[in-house]
Amino acid sequence: MTNISPPHHDAPLPSGTAAPDFELPSTPDQKVMLSDFRGQPVILVFYPEDWSPVCSDQLGLYQAVFPEFRKHDAELLAISVDSAWSHLAFAKDRNLHFPLLSDFEPKGEVSRAYRAYRSEEGTSARALFVLDADGVIRWSYLSPVGVNPGADGILRALEEIDGKETP
Amino acid sequence: MSQTQWEAVLVSPVDETRDHIQGSAGAPVTLVQYGDYECPYCGEAYPIIKETQARMGDRLRFVFRNFPISTSHPHAEHAAEAAEAADAQGKFWVMHDLLYERQRQLTDRDLHAYAEELGLDVERFDKEMTEHMHEQRVHEDFMSGVRSGVNGTPTFYINAVRHDDSYEPRVLLDALEQAAAGRP
Repeated sequence: MTNISPPHHDAPLPSGTAAPDFELPSTPDQKVMLSDFRGQPVILVFYPEDWSPVCSDQLGLYQAVFPEFRKHDAELLAISVDSAWSHLAFAKDRNLHFPLLSDFEPKGEVSRAYRAYRSEEGTSARALFVLDADGVIRWSYLSPVGVNPGADGILRALEEIDGKETP
Repeated sequence: MSQTQWEAVLVSPVDETRDHIQGSAGAPVTLVQYGDYECPYCGEAYPIIKETQARMGDRLRFVFRNFPISTSHPHAEHAAEAAEAADAQGKFWVMHDLLYERQRQLTDRDLHAYAEELGLDVERFDKEMTEHMHEQRVHEDFMSGVRSGVNGTPTFYINAVRHDDSYEPRVLLDALEQAAAGRP
């Protein structure tokens, strides 16, 4: 026995960590840079795949709750390893109006940076991050892959950020 | 706060004056459903609830709250408002049942026809629908669901704790019977 704990491969980047910056395609010809959203909270939603039933429920729910996120001036960016063309068709089919970013090449690079990647499956994990206006992770959560984590944790994190930022 | 998992419990307790309720407040077990009229899974759950109510009788109190996921189900919001408009005329449950029995026909025109079929004051119904008089109520239900950890529809709460297991008849009935017997 040693007193060195094994690294937590299954834990996403924790609260208090500066969120790694990235630039990813949001459409076949447009890119989105995380640091462009400095000054407002950002919700990062990593999800395994377009089209799978739980993902669609989860993102559909977030679209429905979106006005509540906006009350906190928050932006939502959803990320998976699917291609920009798949995202485009998926967003249109499911009526999603927030950006779906494509962590496609190099595959899963951003997901890995957030420790939200499932190497065996080759997809992003189902993980949530709430970043404050300074780009610091204030809450992160890894959901079992088949379980929709809902929106309550995100709202609580946004409220906590608001509470602490109110002078 | 970090990788916290919160227990999913009902944040808005059942309110006898506000909620849509079948069964007695004295029942040993209360089942709360957050549902969407256009959601096919809610449509599957509908006869299961009926059967469960028939089996448990007055030992079960059932509560329905609105959780329309409009992005996935374009008619769900108006259907929820229609049930509330029927409630304003004392006919919530008959409308609720009708909407689930015909959940593939939920256009505004269908909703109007159902109001007629149920003998509602259609003029009042149409006015309340046009003015979205019940939108706020539906939204309150929706947000109480979001804050209680509703992550899709249907989501059930048994005595205020989210039922994460299946709602297949046997499983649901067992969970309800256990709760009725006071076992966690």
